[in-house]
Amino acid sequence: MTDMRTPLKKVTGLGSAKDGTTHFLRQRLTAVANVFLISFFVILVIALQGADYASFTEALSNPIISTLLLLVILVGCLHMKLGMQVIIEDYVHSEGLKFLLLMGNVFFASIIALASVVAVLKISFGA
Amino acid sequence: MAEFKLPKNSRMGEGKVWPKPEGATNTREYRIYRWSPDDGRNPRIDTYHVDADDCGPMVLDALIYIKDKVDPTLTFRRSCREGICGSCAMNIDGTNTLACTKGADECSNEIVKIYPLPHMPVVKDLVPDLTRFYAQHRSIEPWLKTTTPAPEKEWLQSHEDRQKLDGLYECILCACCSTSCPSYWWNGDRYLGPAVLLQAYRWLIDSRDEATGERLDNLEDPFRLYRCHTIMNCSQACPKGLNPAKAIAEIKKMMVERRV
Repeated sequence: MTDMRTPLKKVTGLGSAKDGTTHFLRQRLTAVANVFLISFFVILVIALQGADYASFTEALSNPIISTLLLLVILVGCLHMKLGMQVIIEDYVHSEGLKFLLLMGNVFFASIIALASVVAVLKISFGA
Repeated sequence: MAEFKLPKNSRMGEGKVWPKPEGATNTREYRIYRWSPDDGRNPRIDTYHVDADDCGPMVLDALIYIKDKVDPTLTFRRSCREGICGSCAMNIDGTNTLACTKGADECSNEIVKIYPLPHMPVVKDLVPDLTRFYAQHRSIEPWLKTTTPAPEKEWLQSHEDRQKLDGLYECILCACCSTSCPSYWWNGDRYLGPAVLLQAYRWLIDSRDEATGERLDNLEDPFRLYRCHTIMNCSQACPKGLNPAKAIAEIKKMMVERRV
């Protein structure tokens, strides 16, 4: 207690961010969606096991399959970003490093999501 | 980063082995954390032997036996000796609990290990510094808040609404739950912890309180509330059998309810 601040001053800090419920809701929503989407993805992988390139691209040209696959990617990446954000906030306490990692987390998830989306679209539109 | 190793000056060493009580045939061994701010030494674990035939059944009885008959320098808090004041909260046999309600024979090991509540600054031996914990409790304004002018007699509450406080008002603020929570270990400066959140919920669902929205606003924060990851150590540790994890889940539910 050498900084002469009262315990209450330290505890109240910068006040409430009045945020967090959006993150909480999105994480649950994507988790529920993933139960179905990841099941679909596993079934798709099993169904296409040993398939050649032609039958693979044909499967992906089906709009239902490609739409579901796009959802797998987008919902999965959003869930990944939200989860990793919590881990960084939990364990990284140096403010500068935390900020950089949180930024990197958004970049990484966005790049993975968009690159995967482009790949699926290219295949489904017959590249 | 989170600290997974104790700082150099906090690492524990072997301490003194105190002699067994003379003529005792039924003894139990206690290994107790010792640290004093006055001697500049690292913490150490002292070994004591307690004559079980000359001592009450609870771990607190053994601590009082040691202080009275073996080593008067052993420092710990105690007051009511019946689980209502929360003073003697400490880590016994690997779990945060009250020394006065924990039977020595309930411990899973023959040798009973006793440490102060984890991850708190130590004042001396088994006495943790709970200043921040109490300030966090103060920060949630644990009192009835109303705008309506006070009635001539008491604020009325239905029987059903009063029942909603059961399982919450019994909390004695011993800090066993908060100091068992890894989220509180890593982010105790910003996360309020299970005990304080249980208290916050106690006022959130009080039918007489008129500041529910304001209270929720103050809690809605990625750290204050949402560091709870449902680890459930709190509910497992609570020596009063309360369920802070459920109270926190109820607060999260209220946060969602006012949005959807």
